[in-house]
Amino acid sequence: MKKENVIEANQLTKTFGDFTAVNAISFEVKKGEIFGFLGANGAGKTTAMKMLIGISKPSSGTAKVAGFDVYSQTESIKKNIGYMSQKFALYDDLTVKENITFFGGIYGLSRKKIKEKRTQLISELGLENISNKLVGSLPLGWKQKLSFSVSLLHEPKIVFLDEPTGGVDPITRRHFWEMIYKAAHQGTTIFVTTHYMDEAEYCDRVSIMVEGKIEALDTPKKLKEQFKVESMNDVFLKLARNIE
Amino acid sequence: MKRFIGFIKKEFYHIFRDKRSLFILFGMPIAQILLFGFAITNEINNVDIAILDHSKDATTEEIINKISASKYFTIKQIIVREADIEAAFKKGKIKAVLNFEKDFSKNLIKEKKATIQIITDATDPNTANSITNYINAILQNYQQSKNKGIQIDYQIVPQTRMVYNPELKGVFMFVPGVMTIILMLVSAMMTSISITREKELGTMEILLVSPLKPFQVIIGKVVPYIFLSVVNASVIVLLSIFIFKMPVVGSLFLLGAESVLFIITSLALGILISTIAETQQAAMMISLMGLMLPVILLSGFIFPVSSMPIPLQIISNIIPAKWFIIIIKGIMLKGVGVTYVWKETVILIGMTLFFIGLSVKKYKIRLE
Amino acid sequence: MSISLSNISKSYKKVKAVQNISFYVKPGELFGLIGPDGGGKTTIFRILTTLLIPDSGTATVAGFDVVKDYKAIRKSVGYMPGRFSLYQDLTVEENLTFFATIFGTTIEENYDLIEDIYVQIAPFKDRRAGKLSGGMKQKLALCCALIHKPKVLFLDEPTTGVDPVSRKEFWEMLKRLQKKGITILVSTPYMDEAALCDRIALIQDGEILDIDTPNAIVSKFPKTIYNVGANNMYKLIKALQHYEHLYSVFPFGEFVHYTDKRDSFEVVDLKSYLEKEGLTDIHIESTQANIEDAFMELAK
Repeated sequence: MKKENVIEANQLTKTFGDFTAVNAISFEVKKGEIFGFLGANGAGKTTAMKMLIGISKPSSGTAKVAGFDVYSQTESIKKNIGYMSQKFALYDDLTVKENITFFGGIYGLSRKKIKEKRTQLISELGLENISNKLVGSLPLGWKQKLSFSVSLLHEPKIVFLDEPTGGVDPITRRHFWEMIYKAAHQGTTIFVTTHYMDEAEYCDRVSIMVEGKIEALDTPKKLKEQFKVESMNDVFLKLARNIE
Repeated sequence: MKRFIGFIKKEFYHIFRDKRSLFILFGMPIAQILLFGFAITNEINNVDIAILDHSKDATTEEIINKISASKYFTIKQIIVREADIEAAFKKGKIKAVLNFEKDFSKNLIKEKKATIQIITDATDPNTANSITNYINAILQNYQQSKNKGIQIDYQIVPQTRMVYNPELKGVFMFVPGVMTIILMLVSAMMTSISITREKELGTMEILLVSPLKPFQVIIGKVVPYIFLSVVNASVIVLLSIFIFKMPVVGSLFLLGAESVLFIITSLALGILISTIAETQQAAMMISLMGLMLPVILLSGFIFPVSSMPIPLQIISNIIPAKWFIIIIKGIMLKGVGVTYVWKETVILIGMTLFFIGLSVKKYKIRLE
Repeated sequence: MSISLSNISKSYKKVKAVQNISFYVKPGELFGLIGPDGGGKTTIFRILTTLLIPDSGTATVAGFDVVKDYKAIRKSVGYMPGRFSLYQDLTVEENLTFFATIFGTTIEENYDLIEDIYVQIAPFKDRRAGKLSGGMKQKLALCCALIHKPKVLFLDEPTTGVDPVSRKEFWEMLKRLQKKGITILVSTPYMDEAALCDRIALIQDGEILDIDTPNAIVSKFPKTIYNVGANNMYKLIKALQHYEHLYSVFPFGEFVHYTDKRDSFEVVDLKSYLEKEGLTDIHIESTQANIEDAFMELAK
């Protein structure tokens, strides 16, 4: 069964003056896929992602996200994607419930729907006893799980995760990946940008960006076979060495 | 000593590479002085007034001539009946009406007092206030020139500035205030920001875990700003002298010494703020709210302390700027020597020692 | 001992940051504090670098007490805080010169110590620190921490946010520094870096889970681990979680790590169970436990 593409990028390029931040990248991501978008800091990941989520206009090339054009239909894109980053997640000075209600509201969910989702989400995460506590007082791991759930509130087609599990303890990290697998299983496409190579091991397919170009794109397994190494970390090291 | 010089060198790099703070440091004093000097002065020029003269005798004519001869007022209208006063105001052109009582000269000679009513349009209270002051000054001047001991019945509130600012130049009044604000801002705000910036960056941790002693860090932070503040104070004084032709009557040396004292007061306050604030933003907020507002509102810079409610008058005493303004007004405009301002100077020194003591006590050699 | 802690506890208001921490670091050792964010690593660093006073317990660094002899410690340690604490508006060279001067030394005097690190950033010596890449900032910060030839080096999460190539180079540098006789205490949230240390302490929620060599910690793992893979990861995890003989299951890259309650575990049993659950492409093979497995087992 051939699944539909939810992201298609073709020769997507972004230049800032003389500097080419993203250099003609092409790739597609299928529905329900967990796609790892890897690269060192400054390799152009963030710039590429900004174009895909419709907050930065490409210099050239084409891309469609959730079926919408990144040049002309950015408003439709924003309605169909979720976003979670380590830096900005939830409001620390609002309670768990208030955060859910707020984010449900800005995505235009009805009051009834928000209430329903809120109850469901709180029970799924086992937050019943602390749903009226300020988010700022929760441990980091819980915050990240909650913020991932909040990014799924409006049932987006694609969720963009920006370095989602950095610094979290190993067990919470596993729980987090279980949540990602579940969302993917239910048909949500997951787009993970990260520079932690071991996060890449969990993805269905990964692309590795170096200096604005995609230098490798395949399943982690095939990449490891191709470079004859044991881990994605070593894949990256070899790739970086080859390019130098 | 080499460590210390290395530290100061680093501070100067910070200052000269940060275009924004460089602008605050040098652009603002100049901008403020020029702004206050040219635009926001209390000076009045060619204000339209009306006259209602019930006596029409020699004295009133003399006074009216004197007023109309000054460049401050233009007599636009002669009113005959009291009832027309309101109409004159309502047209909007007339800012003040002078109402001479009946038999002005006679009263003056017989009863040794005569009344002029000054009615001003108080929709703009500052201008109204200035007009009253200017007319008062002209009347007083007239009185003195006549030297007949004429008593005028209405309440003259000869503010000191009328006496010591005979040309009634508003800009002179602002120079001490602006200088105070700028020294405060540069010294206190910039120092506290530069210390909290190191806290935010995490470099403070490294400085603490180094053989540098805390007082070396503080002095190292402060020295560049003493230097810059002195430059600033000089720029302000020079601008005032050469652009606004303000005579500095008193000793420049005393002025300089008092300014350095106030700069040290402000730096001590800046250090104190940095011991409380953890972020640059907090340091800026505390400096602006905690220092600038009181300086502007309570120091006597804009609103005379004597006309404040008693509680505010009492509070104004704890504001170092109030004392500094008294001192430099004295030196710049009245030309007084140290014998006249020693009391204020002692108060300022006391405050400085207190702030330094407090910040040394509060300064942490660790992170908590 | 170069570093020793005995029953150190520290709370911030009501939050207990670290509780009853005791460990020691031998002279010339490369010792790693391994654990997630918020585990108390930074608190331990700050106590040892005399920035915080412990609520209870005692600690010494290079033979000096962290409370009483803080001045002596400040002269003899190098410290690289969690964020690369450099002056962003100073150039590479100016940063280094500044830190050399405040420690009363010069770049030339101790150049041999930093040489092999500094040559890598020397081409950019006139560039402002704020404009450097993460890897270069990290190298510069290390140079700054080393410029006064410290006896003990404290590195708080030096590899966080740095690309894999720079991370690898960084650890190689640490190994070389260690050979020059410097004692190094380093913290990291990355479990894969644990294997590069002589000895490690696993730390979570302010408590130490275990202290040993990386190999010894892994060999203490009580179970045999199986890599299990199938066509659908989500269904696989769900199925395993409902398996009656399950001891633990955790996603681990392209596989899950599965351990069984029984001593006599048969791969075929599990395989037929998973087939019954509707999974295909089933792959089961035993594998070596790693630090992360050990950490999760200890943290349970």
